[in-house]
Amino acid sequence: MTNTHGSHTGHDHSHADFQPDIKEPKEDWEFLEITLRELLVDKGILSAREIQDEIEAWEKKSPEKGAEIVARAWADEDFKARLLEDANQTIRDFGIEVDVLKMVALENTSDLHHVVVCTLCSCYPRPILGVPPLWYKSKQYRSRVVREPRAVLNEFGTSLTKDTEVRVVDSTADCRYLVIPVRPSGTENMTEQELAKLVTRDSMIGTAQALDPLGLRS
Amino acid sequence: MSDQLKVGSKVRITNAYPPGHIRTPFFLRGKEGTIIRHFGKYPNPERLAYGLNGLPKLNLYQVLFDMESTWQGDGSFAANDTLTADIYETWLEPI
Repeated sequence: MTNTHGSHTGHDHSHADFQPDIKEPKEDWEFLEITLRELLVDKGILSAREIQDEIEAWEKKSPEKGAEIVARAWADEDFKARLLEDANQTIRDFGIEVDVLKMVALENTSDLHHVVVCTLCSCYPRPILGVPPLWYKSKQYRSRVVREPRAVLNEFGTSLTKDTEVRVVDSTADCRYLVIPVRPSGTENMTEQELAKLVTRDSMIGTAQALDPLGLRS
Repeated sequence: MSDQLKVGSKVRITNAYPPGHIRTPFFLRGKEGTIIRHFGKYPNPERLAYGLNGLPKLNLYQVLFDMESTWQGDGSFAANDTLTADIYETWLEPI
């Protein structure tokens, strides 16, 4: 076989299998967003750069801030008490601006396990956890976790005994919830910085437990 | 309803389906629960959604429901499992 086409000659795969590119806008809300954004720029109310900078600033926020707060709560009982009593002020004192959102911290224990959802949209404590994961916004998670929480938790690899009350917390209004996961055993001698590494995003939503002292799933 | 509901009070979520932007989940309408937290007063989202000022502000509560009576057994949960939602006073009927 004369071959100038390299290995591509034996064409036994279909190009129709390629993953589709991002779709062209076609929904009303997509045109509304583009129109509003372009009008704001045309009228000089915002610059294109300011809009992109704001998107970048939000995407840069990460669950690490939340993890630092949880690690402090594990290490310092007074701090934890203040966090449970007045999360807004305590998080502000920690140096994070939470704006007008009402923040509430919920402590997980061996008796009570909180898991957070927003069944109506995707309310999420963004100032301390960053942008929510895609599954948090999915209809699957939102509709199922309120009805079959234990099945959903199992799919996240989180299995709880019947002795633990599972409390699904639907964030339907002005409040945003931060879950304080159970402090893993064997972490008594760890520093706050070391503890923070055990606090995953999912453990602060309540779909998982914190990692064990070696940084593994317990 | 101007009187603030107390933590521990039993309430029923109004069983109504008006149109518009409403932040009371469908699956809780007509269900009974218990107030476990008072958040304070917040602008009415049903008005804010239409460019209005949301005044007067409404009391907002965290309401606790048990899974069993909410779903009538049709779900995957243990006997003691619960559910909470944050509900504005205009949707709460003391019982």
